[in-house]
Amino acid sequence: MSSSSSKAAFPLPSQVESAPGADGWQDMYPFFTRFRPEDDQRFWFYNSMHFPEPMPAFDVITAEVPYQAMGAFTTRVFALPTALGVDHRIINGRVYITANAVTDPKQIEKRLAIFQKRAGHYFANWNALYAQWEKRILALIAEVDAIQVPTLGEFEDAATVEQARGIAANHYVREAYHRTIESYSKMWQHHFEFLMLGYGAYLVFFQFCKKAFPEISDQTVARMVAGIEVLMFRPDDELRALARLAVELKVDDAFAGSGSPQSMLDAVAKKGEPGKRWLAALDKARDPWFNTCTGDGFYHHHRSWNDDLSVPFAALPRYITLLKQGQKLERPTEQLRIERARIIAEYRALLSADEERAAFDQMLGLCHLVFPYVENHKFYCEHWFTMRFYRKLREFGALLVEKGVLADVEDMFHLHHTEVDQALIEVMLSWAAGSPSVGADHWRPLIEKRKKILEQLKDWSAPPALGPMPETIEDPAVQMLWGITADTLKAWSKPPTPEDARVLRGFAASSGVVEGVARVLKTVNEIGQIREGEILVCPVTAPSWAPVFNKIKAAVSDIGGTMSHAAIVAREYGMPAVVGTGQATKRIRTGQRLRVDGDRGIVTILD
Amino acid sequence: MNASAAPLVRWFEHLALGDRPSVGGKGASLGELTQAGIPTPRGFVVTTAAFLTMLDEVDATGALRATVAQQHPDDLEELASASAALRTRIEAATLPAALAAQIAAAYTELSGGDTTLPVAVRSSATSEDSAEASFAGLQDTHLWVRGGDAIDAALRACWGSLYSVESVSYRRRLGLAEDNVAMAVVIQKMVRSRASGVMFTRSPTTGDRSVIAIEGSWGLGSCIVSGEVTPDRFTVNKVTGEIRERTLSEKLLRHVPEESGGIRSEAVPADQQKVACISDVELRTLVDVARNIERHYGSPQDIEWAIADEEGSGARVYLLQSRPETVWAQRAQTPVATPRASAFDHVLAVLGGRKAGP
Repeated sequence: MSSSSSKAAFPLPSQVESAPGADGWQDMYPFFTRFRPEDDQRFWFYNSMHFPEPMPAFDVITAEVPYQAMGAFTTRVFALPTALGVDHRIINGRVYITANAVTDPKQIEKRLAIFQKRAGHYFANWNALYAQWEKRILALIAEVDAIQVPTLGEFEDAATVEQARGIAANHYVREAYHRTIESYSKMWQHHFEFLMLGYGAYLVFFQFCKKAFPEISDQTVARMVAGIEVLMFRPDDELRALARLAVELKVDDAFAGSGSPQSMLDAVAKKGEPGKRWLAALDKARDPWFNTCTGDGFYHHHRSWNDDLSVPFAALPRYITLLKQGQKLERPTEQLRIERARIIAEYRALLSADEERAAFDQMLGLCHLVFPYVENHKFYCEHWFTMRFYRKLREFGALLVEKGVLADVEDMFHLHHTEVDQALIEVMLSWAAGSPSVGADHWRPLIEKRKKILEQLKDWSAPPALGPMPETIEDPAVQMLWGITADTLKAWSKPPTPEDARVLRGFAASSGVVEGVARVLKTVNEIGQIREGEILVCPVTAPSWAPVFNKIKAAVSDIGGTMSHAAIVAREYGMPAVVGTGQATKRIRTGQRLRVDGDRGIVTILD
Repeated sequence: MNASAAPLVRWFEHLALGDRPSVGGKGASLGELTQAGIPTPRGFVVTTAAFLTMLDEVDATGALRATVAQQHPDDLEELASASAALRTRIEAATLPAALAAQIAAAYTELSGGDTTLPVAVRSSATSEDSAEASFAGLQDTHLWVRGGDAIDAALRACWGSLYSVESVSYRRRLGLAEDNVAMAVVIQKMVRSRASGVMFTRSPTTGDRSVIAIEGSWGLGSCIVSGEVTPDRFTVNKVTGEIRERTLSEKLLRHVPEESGGIRSEAVPADQQKVACISDVELRTLVDVARNIERHYGSPQDIEWAIADEEGSGARVYLLQSRPETVWAQRAQTPVATPRASAFDHVLAVLGGRKAGP
């Protein structure tokens, strides 16, 4: 992104003041995340897609590590000719980013030669390399699972002596913790191994379609690209299968009423052999498919279905009811396949020449080649791996609680990962010294202070962007991943006029027009509040909310790109969705009546 | 010239595009649409053979036509008097008896005996409406014509319009041979339109072939053509069916048929001015019909449509006319992209820096 500018449409970083009552927020984050005076010269935008809430101290690892990996692959590994990596800064708990561009023609030329060779190698061997990738990521998931968090008992295990290991358990506390953090870093490196190339393929096809069909909507292009069998649909498919099995085994009345997941499980367990069979099927589905996150894995409180069965178990009774009404629950994959083929064939036929059709075939073919990776990596990385990662981290949290350092496991997430390291070191030391831990005195007041700061930061209204407006946005990642284009910037920088006050504009992500009552959810933890037939308004729609999609009438989000799989899921559910409105959660209140026009990307507040 | 062997009157349902030389562009197109199963108001064509029969009577030696053929397009005064001489004779002519009888019989069949059934009488020149040279607007249209005598008069007016100053000077400028010029006339049942309009099977603004642009207003279509109202505007994706644009305008006027024949303009009732003139269901029907027509012709079309509320059958969509879209068709097409040695080269071209862009 170029930093030359005409006028400052957004506040400069140096002009942003600390949120009221949140003094000292800076101490929660590493020094390198603070805005510096020279940062006023650059354009930054709030990455509310990944970071819609103020960051707890630990959770900045989900910016720090991915940006290391993403930058490594764009800047150093593949040498994208015009784009380097991303710088990130934190202010009032919000993550702002800027993408570094290459503008020197000599540099571009030099990088181009390297990019051509290296990216060419990946594209030419895509399927074989992707198969290797899947093996590697599965091995990494197994690796993080296998990490042993030592117990620090009164005496070392006798085996240490009998096998003459020569190393006591306290050593392994640090080693295991470091391995856990390292595995997270490896995961993100793998994550970005293919991603930019995949987005490049998408971008090329999108640009072609926009030129050949100037009025084509992003969602129509996306429908031609999207695959049918993607892993992200599996968790919900498994849930539907469990609903069907409950009906077949006649254990479905265990799910009647609105009891807790545990009470439902207890009720099934009382059903004798059929109950046992259903519970066995549930266990089988849970690993790996319930490693699906109710958010997108960017916050420690984005728990998985396995951590909190209330999300899937809220959907089960509904699926059972639908089944008993004679509805089919399976995704109509064959129909989706036929429809996709029809759309592709018709657009292809509308092209004006055979050579255009040949280019179209090449570009779309490339999209279909990269699609499985681009879609599936999210389940492997952000969901499956990340849920295991947090589970492992909580084992260290439990150790800190056991040693009296923390009052609660969740408190560990108010410490930066290097601070958790320090807390563990002190535990290792005091265990060895035979002294009581002194960690509680140090960490607990700090944690309490940070909890209060975070509460204050929640109410801070983050500007969508900071610094001088760029002339163009060329980085394909920014365009594709964040859905931010020159038009988005224009829309963000314009204050709403009176007639605009009731209208929000965004991307038409999924077609259809409906009216209904809004349910504004600022965090995924509020997911249980959604009532049948409401319109979901949220910072970013996560696909693992799929069971909720079955309940809602339409979805509206602040941020979202065309290929965000929220858009894909909404299209599959045939539900209107408008994403990337910039400020829906700020301007809409729960209970207001809305009209969501998914054909035109317009949300109207009717009250 | 002896054209007596050729039929003087032909029904739409027997016509196809190949009949253009004898029934003109409009007649052939309406025949083609009818045969393709597109809902078109029924009608017939008074053929070029009929025109030539008439012309041979009013200009037996061919002298008047020869004079017209010699005119210079810039000498308007001379051209006007030569055209007027022929035109006056045509408009005052008595129809040859055989022709008059055939037209009367066809009108009776069309109207089911209703002697004042309103029809549209339109010229259908053999060179009109072609994709190459659009004569649109140069020829005559008479709407809501009722009864045999009025039809006769309108028919002669259409014939005569071929020798209007505008038509003749246009032909002289293009250097078209006068002995190839002939005029067929379409006589077609009127549709009592509740709403009507035009549609293009590609975007008139961007040329995008994946969309259908529909404009419509209350009443007869003539008020859109004449520019008296700003129509409602809809843009629909023809592949997915999504409605991409829906701009409702304030439609103050509408054209309605005059009971005594012809049309008049009246105010649209206040409560309908800002209401969409077609429902979503009707919009989708129009899109279906437009796609059928485009598919039938294999090229983007410019279509006139109407919707009438009919007793018993409810709202019905009618297609009044379809011709090839000409504006974008004439633009030079450079391919958006051409195939490369490998698919990856497309990515390289886009990500490879500004100078390497496609």
